[in-house]
Amino acid sequence: MSASLGAEPILVNATRFRLANEADWARLERIVGTIEKKSVRALDDDDLLALPVLYRGALSSLSVARETSLDRALVRYLEQLCTRAYFQIYGVQTSGWRQLRAFVAQGWPDAIAGLARETLAALMLTVFGTILGYLLVRHDAGWFYDIIPDGLAAGRDPAASAASLRATLYDGGGDGPLATLATALFTHNSQVALFAFALGFAFAVPTALLLVYNGLMLGAFFAVFVPKGLGGEFGGWLLIHGTTELFAIMLAGAAGFRIGMAVAFPGRLSRIDSAVSAGRSAGVAMAGVILMLLVAGLLEGIGRQTILVDWQRYLIAFGMLAGWLVYFYTPRRRA
Amino acid sequence: MIWRRKKTTERRAPKSLRRSFVTPEGVDLQLDLGGAGERAGAFLVDLLLILAILIGGTLLLWLIFGNIEESGASAVAILWLLGFFVLRNGWFTLFEMGGRGATPGKRLMGLRVVARDGARLTGGAVIVRNAMREIEIFLPLSFLAFRGSENAADTALTVCALLWSGIFLFFPLFNRDRLRVGDLLAGTWVVHIVRSTLGRDLVAAQINRERWTFSDDALDLYGIYELQTLEDVLRRGETGAIRTVATSIRHKAGLPDHGDDYDFLFDYYAALCARLERDMLLGRRRADKFQAA
Repeated sequence: MSASLGAEPILVNATRFRLANEADWARLERIVGTIEKKSVRALDDDDLLALPVLYRGALSSLSVARETSLDRALVRYLEQLCTRAYFQIYGVQTSGWRQLRAFVAQGWPDAIAGLARETLAALMLTVFGTILGYLLVRHDAGWFYDIIPDGLAAGRDPAASAASLRATLYDGGGDGPLATLATALFTHNSQVALFAFALGFAFAVPTALLLVYNGLMLGAFFAVFVPKGLGGEFGGWLLIHGTTELFAIMLAGAAGFRIGMAVAFPGRLSRIDSAVSAGRSAGVAMAGVILMLLVAGLLEGIGRQTILVDWQRYLIAFGMLAGWLVYFYTPRRRA
Repeated sequence: MIWRRKKTTERRAPKSLRRSFVTPEGVDLQLDLGGAGERAGAFLVDLLLILAILIGGTLLLWLIFGNIEESGASAVAILWLLGFFVLRNGWFTLFEMGGRGATPGKRLMGLRVVARDGARLTGGAVIVRNAMREIEIFLPLSFLAFRGSENAADTALTVCALLWSGIFLFFPLFNRDRLRVGDLLAGTWVVHIVRSTLGRDLVAAQINRERWTFSDDALDLYGIYELQTLEDVLRRGETGAIRTVATSIRHKAGLPDHGDDYDFLFDYYAALCARLERDMLLGRRRADKFQAA
């Protein structure tokens, strides 16, 4: 065995292959880099037209390089280039507006209507909780303090006088501590909704408990106001945004139920496939729930502070409810 | 001893985070999944950013509205509550819905959220994977806070609650694909997107000296695996590693040492590459040195 010196140049496939294609790869890399940094709109027409061709060229280069070349740097480079190009071509969203339009016209109502059974269950649990909470607090006012967290009552407890209770319902001032409380309630309730959804994964049991508890709080408040003859007024105060908000929370719970059921009883699918397909539709429903909570927050923050007449409050409450029901459950033509 | 024998016989394939991922064009792209450490790192970066913005925003509000009386205070409180709400729930969702599919923390770590089936990452999927954070992160945190605020709380209950919520927190460590509960439900996973430039062509590089040539016996020593390891050594260019590798190759091939380690390895690599490639094209692919030449 010996080594000797020679002069002839060594030629391998990778060298020729690099020489032939390097310009195309560099151009693709530049285009993909531009899209990653800015957006597709930053490309001129030539580059846009060239992108799919260059992408397929790079993919075939990758296949060829894997089979005919031993240059690992080349294969690695092409792999990352193709991956980046793939996600820019296949992985990106359609334009925001088109997505939003599809969501409002089709995705949102379809997803909610698909949850009808679960929604009914969530409604029944909430109503059960409400009745239970009402009866408990009427029976023994001490229950109120067990059910309602300290911060939430804000003076509305069984010990308060009818006059002060009435004042909490019609305190119109937008900049009093009540407005702060309204915002706090909105963020709290939204968090409850997200929580009810997320907990569905644990076979839906915690979601059910959360819905019952939400009903308990509702019932407890009613039990404070009704004996003072303020039931109707409290209803107006609560429902002006409550029809939207409580509905949203129930829908979030329903979406949680759907996922919990899909995980617990996957049927013919594998457990993961079942969870994914439930998760997809539940996710669309949750996007809608978040929008509903925003609407509820606006109604609570603005509507309730400015509208102080009971029948107007009820009108808005049931108008909103009817609107949501028609939007979600009216049969529509499939696209 | 039984346990020791078991260890040697049942050699499992190395747990790799490489996954095959076939494009509609039929090419396997071989994605690298993000590791648990990187994922946690990205999350921490995001968390710190959120905290920094929250603190900065609070200070700003305090500076602007600090000297206003009662009525201003409640407006500040409302702004703060809404800001906190949007940050907590919107940070991950909005960033991941954008074209980059990654939060700032993920971008820093070179990670990206993609759909497991290679399709578009939908808004619904992003919302699901981030809504699940409620039970993964904030649930254990709120249990801890609860424990902190009420010393009288039942310790056993708290421990149970922490254990239960810990299942979700450490879920990514219990499955091969490092999926969070949110990823599992949303049908997504987090992959590593590296950017690299094309390394120079080692074989064709111009050199102003005469090349070493090697006998067939010297080139029969190694296969493709060793060749590519040698490529990595050359590209990294660490003197110590080059010295070690060159010495060992010279020893095996019985070649004299002229003290020119890098040139020697460079030429050996080119010659070995040309030879293995020729064999491969003729249908004799030699995976590593254990396979017969």
